[in-house]
Amino acid sequence: MRVPVGWLAEYVDIPAGTTVEDLDAAFVRLGLEVEEIHRPEPVTGPLVVGRVLEIEELTGFKKPIRFTQVDVGEGEPRGIVCGAQNFAVGDTVVVALPGAVLPGGFEIASRKTYDRISDGMICSVRELGIGDDHTGILVLGADGADVPPPGTPADAVAGLDDVVIELAVTPDRGYCLAMRGIAREMGTGLAAPWRDPGAVPPPAWSGEPAWQVTVADPERCDRFSMIAMEGLDPTAPTPWWMRRRLAQAAVRSISLPVDVTNYVMLELGQPMHAFDRDAVTGPIHVRPAREGERLTTLDGAQRTLSPDDLLITDDTGPIGLAGVMGGATTEIGNGTTAVLLEAAHWEPTGIARTARRHRLPSEAAKRFERGTDPEMTVAALARAAELLAEYGGAKVVGGLVDVDSRRPRPAIPLDVTRPARVAGVPYTPGQVVELLRAVGAEVDADGDTLQVTPPSWRPDLTDPADLVEEVVRLAGYDDVPSVLPTAPPGRGLTETQRRRRAIGRALAEFGFVEAPNYPFVGTPALDALGLPADDDRRAVVLVRNPLSEEEPALRTTLLPGLLATLARNLSRGQRDVALFEHGAVFPGGERRPAPLPGVDRRPDDETLAALLGAVPGQPWHVAVALSGHREPRGWWGPGRPAVWADAVEAARRVAAAAGVELTVRAGERAPWHPGRCAELVVGDRVVGHAGELHPRVCAALELPPRTSVMELDVDALPPAPVPTPPRVSTFPPVLIDLAVVVAEDVAQVDVAAALTEGAGELLEDLRLFDVYTGAPIPPGRKSLAYALTLRAPDRTLTSEEATAVRDAALAAAAERTGAELRG
Amino acid sequence: MSGGGGARGGPANPAAGTGVRRAEWPPVSGANDPYDPKQVAALSAEALDAAVADALEAFAGAGDLEALAAVRPAHLGDRAPVLLARRELGALPPAARSDAGKRVNAARVAVTEAYAARLAALEAERDARVLAEERVDVTLPWDRVPRGARHPLTTLTDRIADIFVGMGYEVAEGPELEAEWLNFDALNIGRDHPARTMMDTFFVAGGPGWETDSGLVLRTHTSPVQARTMLSRTPPIYVVAPGRVYRTDELDATHTPVFHQVEGLAVDRGLTMAHLRGTLDQLARSLFGAEAVTRWRPSYFPFTEPSAEFDVWFPQHRDGPRWVEWGGCGMVNPRVLVACGIDPEEYSGFAFGMGIERALQFRSGVGDMRDIVEGDVRFTRAFGVEQ
Repeated sequence: MRVPVGWLAEYVDIPAGTTVEDLDAAFVRLGLEVEEIHRPEPVTGPLVVGRVLEIEELTGFKKPIRFTQVDVGEGEPRGIVCGAQNFAVGDTVVVALPGAVLPGGFEIASRKTYDRISDGMICSVRELGIGDDHTGILVLGADGADVPPPGTPADAVAGLDDVVIELAVTPDRGYCLAMRGIAREMGTGLAAPWRDPGAVPPPAWSGEPAWQVTVADPERCDRFSMIAMEGLDPTAPTPWWMRRRLAQAAVRSISLPVDVTNYVMLELGQPMHAFDRDAVTGPIHVRPAREGERLTTLDGAQRTLSPDDLLITDDTGPIGLAGVMGGATTEIGNGTTAVLLEAAHWEPTGIARTARRHRLPSEAAKRFERGTDPEMTVAALARAAELLAEYGGAKVVGGLVDVDSRRPRPAIPLDVTRPARVAGVPYTPGQVVELLRAVGAEVDADGDTLQVTPPSWRPDLTDPADLVEEVVRLAGYDDVPSVLPTAPPGRGLTETQRRRRAIGRALAEFGFVEAPNYPFVGTPALDALGLPADDDRRAVVLVRNPLSEEEPALRTTLLPGLLATLARNLSRGQRDVALFEHGAVFPGGERRPAPLPGVDRRPDDETLAALLGAVPGQPWHVAVALSGHREPRGWWGPGRPAVWADAVEAARRVAAAAGVELTVRAGERAPWHPGRCAELVVGDRVVGHAGELHPRVCAALELPPRTSVMELDVDALPPAPVPTPPRVSTFPPVLIDLAVVVAEDVAQVDVAAALTEGAGELLEDLRLFDVYTGAPIPPGRKSLAYALTLRAPDRTLTSEEATAVRDAALAAAAERTGAELRG
Repeated sequence: MSGGGGARGGPANPAAGTGVRRAEWPPVSGANDPYDPKQVAALSAEALDAAVADALEAFAGAGDLEALAAVRPAHLGDRAPVLLARRELGALPPAARSDAGKRVNAARVAVTEAYAARLAALEAERDARVLAEERVDVTLPWDRVPRGARHPLTTLTDRIADIFVGMGYEVAEGPELEAEWLNFDALNIGRDHPARTMMDTFFVAGGPGWETDSGLVLRTHTSPVQARTMLSRTPPIYVVAPGRVYRTDELDATHTPVFHQVEGLAVDRGLTMAHLRGTLDQLARSLFGAEAVTRWRPSYFPFTEPSAEFDVWFPQHRDGPRWVEWGGCGMVNPRVLVACGIDPEEYSGFAFGMGIERALQFRSGVGDMRDIVEGDVRFTRAFGVEQ
């Protein structure tokens, strides 16, 4: 809502010395967010009202050009060249005289153009910086109009001194989408006297209602008011002051009747519609649409209607989409001399549905769906009639149509101490009553429970809590003190929360950079990973209105987003990148729709269970991706490229951070290299995979060869057991190196497990320190060298004991993995 | 041989390693007769002084530890003059022994001390030289393991959560793919409420056969966690719920369709707006320093009544101290309490929510939202593991 300060001052006695900044602060205090303050750019130098005396049409140029004589209040008229055609002799215009500087630094000088000396410029709205209209020059009024005499400084007339404050109005306060509501708020906010523009004297119309009107759905239209006017001069222009205010409000000027309805809407908040009376056939009937019925609206669109749409119809069928937009067949045009003016009160949610269904967020719909003041229908008609009479020569014929089925509004009981209890501010009962009355409510202040009837323009006030807010807001939020409540002792973070933090911190400390990605994916990204057609990660949840049609689904794996971010970093010149991400994934699959229970009470347990059960599980995953060097080249040497093992080690770090034991075995799963894919196992459960990407995946995603990734389901990890440390022996250890030879396809982990088991309790530590193939090891076999630390808790081991352990370890390895002692 | 000296093994002497020539050792005088006093030349004051002078000169003349070791036996070895002199004491008549003994001892101490001093000086010299030779350029880098980082949205979220955990709050969670009823209806945002359409919601398709109405949305705010918490617990409730939320905005310098909020909820007997303000002020001080406070502007949220937007006074702003818009707050609408099964006559509550991206932007002076979103390691590394 754009509020011209000059217009506001018509209703509110703004105290002298009040600055725009003061008004800004007052709006904010009242809960009307100031989005922007529009100040016209200053015009310096002479800018005056002029009257066109003569027009000479110049020919022979590429476009029609006029040479005019304009009275600017000096002894002699000035000759001015003008390219616009939208004015006539006798019109009053705005003239920038030589020496004036218009917005944008446009300097006006006397100069020769089109073979004439042009001694100034007749200005358009855009040239003055007060609007976008550049279709012609600004005509303040035709011959005989009530305009200032030539020579009058034009700044104020043109509105150059008027600041416009643009407000963001929250959806509960539709009444502030009109000067009437703004004036009330500012009267209260500035503690200044103000006048209600809606207090229009009752019109003196009499006689039979001018048109026959019936309303089939009084629930959705509880008041429908209408008058008929005749004798409208179709050529009558809209007066400049009205056009100026419309321009300030960013409303386009169209014709006098349309401008008047828009102006009254801005002034009183009541949207109106003007029908061409001669195009309306027979009685008007307000009814729901029939399935498949069609209507061409004013914007030229043909709309197929739903039975949930409310219509204004005549004998020919629909002539308007109620509360949203009029129909094309009854649109007023250049020749319209008789109109039917409609002002109604519509049920807000129905209007909201229709506006949304037809994607028609019109100014009228915006107000109706927030709730208008039903008292205003007749006042708005009276105001519009007054303006059309004054500027268009029209007069009201017949009597008022007023189909009114409103029910009285119930009073809201309010415990007078409630505002104080909610705010923590000791308001007195008198203060509460006074503030509620300032809102416009009727307050019956008998006893401790107030009976509050909210004003007709405040449909949002339905509960005691709403009234409390009005009291606190008008008293001022700054009055609320700052008191820290004492919460009962909490239990701190949950195990899951601690685990997620530990994992993130461990990976960051291990050299990975966290990169949270959008969870949107598309089929091409899953194809690039080489997922088979029946892969569970292809069962996705689809977004109905995705930002991009290419990515309509929610991720089932973190890899597409993480690899895209890896590629982005590489494309920006990074070479060695190690990223991690942890977050939710969204597996698809069979689901049931979530119910939508009522809100007047807690849903019953069964409904609640169905509701919560319909929300699919969203497991928390962690993933890493590495490319380039894991250890950079440096003065210490050539560096070490990132390989599959770095991805596996990342998984081990995750498991360690989570406090669980992870084992690794060979696996096979897209998008990993089939020979370089580790299956990550905790207990008996496969919780993820790690290793090198399949070369085809690297190629498809244009990633460097050997890019390695890991992904693991954190939610699949069991709770961490409480750690039990070994007894620390202070006896000396015995260190043994043991090299065994096994077939090349034997996994190291199996050899290590056999050695460990065979060695028994005296084994303190076992560590692989070398893997060797090549002579003298026969082809197809490999040598694994282990360092064993043996130690007893209660004695120094003898060499015989150590040898026995070594032999036992070797025997177990030989039996289970075919290991032989390396000779 | 008489006396006791000759049979003793040479004591371990660190400086005596090389070429000791026994043949040059002087002979020892014979045992003295107590009744026939005679002069022993080696014990004369002159001879001792000369021996000490010789030793001092030799030690001083040794230029390094090796040279010092070489001269040691001559002056402190078993056949060194001062030690021989000591053996000669036995040849003196008892009456003369005391004086001569004192002189010999003084001479021996003088030589020993001179040696020790020279040894210490030479060792210090050697050590200084070796340490100087071992000098390295300590400014050489050793970043063999690259430095990682957590994303600042994560660390800032944790920081905020920790502040509330410190106040006794618990951290609550809810799913990002959420029931529409919890995201809207339970929060007093009815089907046709303008606020519902203003939320720019991502709707989620159903399963096969019912593509249009799954009853699920990508949550537009963290407020459904409020509803989940109130439906599953009984007051007193003090929770904070950080999380990721979604709106259908295109990514640009100031918007992102996927962003983060922290939601707070307290439901207890007797809670007022003053408690809400106290809580937000405490958060502001904990996060932005002792000078930070909050300011409220009346606003509208369907799930709170009264409602406010709040600004925080941010003294460290890169363009100077100022009020910065941060979030929304209010007293839980009694209708929401009712929908969640809490008696609004017995309990009241407050709720608040703020954007983490927003806080990151002004706290760290981040000008462009895309830097927060795109995962460029240069941006994230600047924040480290714990920022």
